[in-house]
Amino acid sequence: MIRLDHVTVTYSGATSPALRDVDVSVAEGELCLVVGPTGAGKSTLLRAVSGLVPHFSGGTLAGRVLVDGRDTREHRPRDLADLVGVVLQDPARGFVTETVEDELAYAMEQLGLPPAAMRVRMEEVLDLLGLAGLRDASLRDLSGGEQQRAAIGAVLTAHPRVLVLDEPTSALDPPAADDVLAALTRLVHDHGMTVLLAEHRLERVVQYADRVLAVAPDGTVREGRAADLLEPGASAPPLVELAQVAGWRPVPLSVRDARRRVTALRGRLAALPPTVTDAPPAGGAPALTARGMHVRYRRAHAVRGVDLDLDAGTVTALMGRNGAGKSSLLWALAGAGPRSAGSVAVRREGRDGGDPAALVPARARELVALVPQDPMDLVYLSSVADECAAGDRQAGAPPGTCAALLARLAGPVPDDAHPRDLSEGQRLALVLAVQLAARPSVLLLDEPTRGLDYAAKRALAAILAGHAAGGGAVLLSSHDVEFVAQCAERVVVLADGEVVTDGSARDVLVASPTFAPQVAKVMHPLPLLTVDEVRAALAVAG
Amino acid sequence: MHPAAWWVWAAGVVALAGRTTSPAVLGLLVAATLVLAGLGRRPGAPPFSGYLVLGLGIVVVRVVFYVLVGLKVPDGQVLVDLPSWQPPWAPGVELLGPVTAAGLARAALGGLALAVMVLAVGAAATASSPSRLLRSVPPALHHLATAAAIAVAVAPSLVRATGAARRARRLRGLPDRGPRALAETALPVLADALDRAVDLAASMDVRGYARRSGRADPRALPALVAALLASAVGLYGLLTGDPAYAVPALAAAVGLGTAGGLLAARGARRTRYRPDPWRGREWLAAGAGAIGLVGAVAGGPPVVLAAVVLAGLGALVPAPLPAEVSA
Repeated sequence: MIRLDHVTVTYSGATSPALRDVDVSVAEGELCLVVGPTGAGKSTLLRAVSGLVPHFSGGTLAGRVLVDGRDTREHRPRDLADLVGVVLQDPARGFVTETVEDELAYAMEQLGLPPAAMRVRMEEVLDLLGLAGLRDASLRDLSGGEQQRAAIGAVLTAHPRVLVLDEPTSALDPPAADDVLAALTRLVHDHGMTVLLAEHRLERVVQYADRVLAVAPDGTVREGRAADLLEPGASAPPLVELAQVAGWRPVPLSVRDARRRVTALRGRLAALPPTVTDAPPAGGAPALTARGMHVRYRRAHAVRGVDLDLDAGTVTALMGRNGAGKSSLLWALAGAGPRSAGSVAVRREGRDGGDPAALVPARARELVALVPQDPMDLVYLSSVADECAAGDRQAGAPPGTCAALLARLAGPVPDDAHPRDLSEGQRLALVLAVQLAARPSVLLLDEPTRGLDYAAKRALAAILAGHAAGGGAVLLSSHDVEFVAQCAERVVVLADGEVVTDGSARDVLVASPTFAPQVAKVMHPLPLLTVDEVRAALAVAG
Repeated sequence: MHPAAWWVWAAGVVALAGRTTSPAVLGLLVAATLVLAGLGRRPGAPPFSGYLVLGLGIVVVRVVFYVLVGLKVPDGQVLVDLPSWQPPWAPGVELLGPVTAAGLARAALGGLALAVMVLAVGAAATASSPSRLLRSVPPALHHLATAAAIAVAVAPSLVRATGAARRARRLRGLPDRGPRALAETALPVLADALDRAVDLAASMDVRGYARRSGRADPRALPALVAALLASAVGLYGLLTGDPAYAVPALAAAVGLGTAGGLLAARGARRTRYRPDPWRGREWLAAGAGAIGLVGAVAGGPPVVLAAVVLAGLGALVPAPLPAEVSA
């Protein structure tokens, strides 16, 4: 169905190709997963299939890309619209119209389908994706998962035979991500659709993949089955690492497969006295105390009476659906967003620092620093070096502090690079460096793991642990249960603006059907959350 | 209802309000817009109260201006005799002065006429969505309508991006107000807007926008350029008050524009999903509006025309369901 024939893509001005001599093919009806570290060229590969590379992006493409026999050299993206459906990374940015029904009709109108056929297809697609109840809804009012399904529906109405998706589940909460993946597998199994999918969070999707294309940082691509290609390290989900620890061959890709193998391992570990004990709660004074927090907007009451203590030296995760009030709470705690009622008190270096909302911004950020959902909002200069110098000045830190932090967080980053040209992980590191330069007592992060690969997440977890070890407190909101299991000691779950659970990560995550990480699901009823914990337990067992 | 029907109706109301200062006619028109906004409200429409506040504000501003700097012609009963003052730095301007009942009424009615225009536009926007109106433009204007629709959709996201950038400045400990803050947020906001535009263009491209089945007609572009020139000449003639060449030039512009549009549209094959039908009710509303418009321009009796416009509201009466077949 898709044939890449010795394809090399070089963007204009780039010194090395983004894709190097890629020679792969995808058969009809396959769900093909594109994996690789951040910035390796996954998006380039997807865009080459849809013709956006090179027609839209510029650059040169050597070799040939054939989709169902059509060569992208002679067919522009718009000429492939009836064959290849493309869902871009952030679906909200690609919406042309205002309501779900208009958006679904758009592609059909451009193709000039007869009105009767349009009516039939519209109803089919609405039912297929479970959007029938939302047909008149405004696209802006939809939740993240609904937007993603609407974006998929908007290309499905053109009856494409290939569907190309760039990170369709990265911004979604676990139930919404399951919805989208269920819709995709139905398309592959019942309708023979060929799906090409790039994803960083592999744990959910890898079990559905028939084939994996692994893009390496140098632009080469290897092709194979998921169980063979995924190696522990930069781009492997926890199950693959667990399989390595346990010595399972072939590697199980779903929780179900792993559960069938785990009996022996679990028996060995269950015989032991509990090896994993959570550290006793830090006895120090809470770094941040919030009482009776309310955030009201004109139409919504986003946060309803939240009390929260963040102890110094701890990392806490804030979880809950899209729209549960997590971001509103973080902004209110930082004193930078609206707060309708409630009080916040922050301690810094053993002294009472006061309420960040009552201070001038320059003082408030020494108490509480927030990294917003889109870190690029914080960046306004045109080079990394300028940004670091400005960060030092604004924080009153000695020159070089910010650059040193950045080097520690992200490794070498070219000084003269434009912040917008950095990879997701480097952007996050830059903003973290700018915020940490002021040595805040409390660090808040809103969805920091978007677009990060497993290696970058591990680095981020180390940074957060370092901040906590230095006497600070960390609160991060996240949908990424594997990351939370890795880095947080405590989990607070919000629903409709209220705290529904607040407890140790182990108690909350193991008990929850939606938030349990894969290792916990496999090892149940043993309360083990991560591969590292299993490894430690095995070391004791000998 | 077809979205164009109420916009034509509103055009009639606007034209009529511009031609009359009769309190009865203006009152009738205000009532008509209120009825439309109340009964014809589409789901998801922005609140009509904004237009009401704006209309009221216009009336108040007109009255306040009359009292402050208005021309105080001695006519009829003086209500309040304010001391008048002629500032030496503005010769010919008289501040305050005697306020008469007739002068007040004139100012209020002038403001009311403007307010009626605002209310008419507001009522039409409440009854039928502007973006649906853009959807039903003829295929020849498809590209223009797409550009307008995107502009309508992008404006709110630009406002949101500006807000996000300003809040983010606070997070970095920078002041979020002042000219410096504005200059420094402008860059990321514009960069973000460009990114969005590129993403949107990519999304439209992969969904078949501007796809052609045949080749573009080479005569379309010259015809459209000629139409543009002719309309410029015609408008110049109108403004200088020389109808001798204004009218033929405008007629040529309309003709050339239509022909060019039709030629341009021929190469593209495009259809419309669920086009809005144009039926009896649309004829009623748009017909009443058209009569009001033409009548007002031709100087017809305002009261009769207002009654006609009011009758156009009959389109709001729900259509009867098909009669049940009796067994």
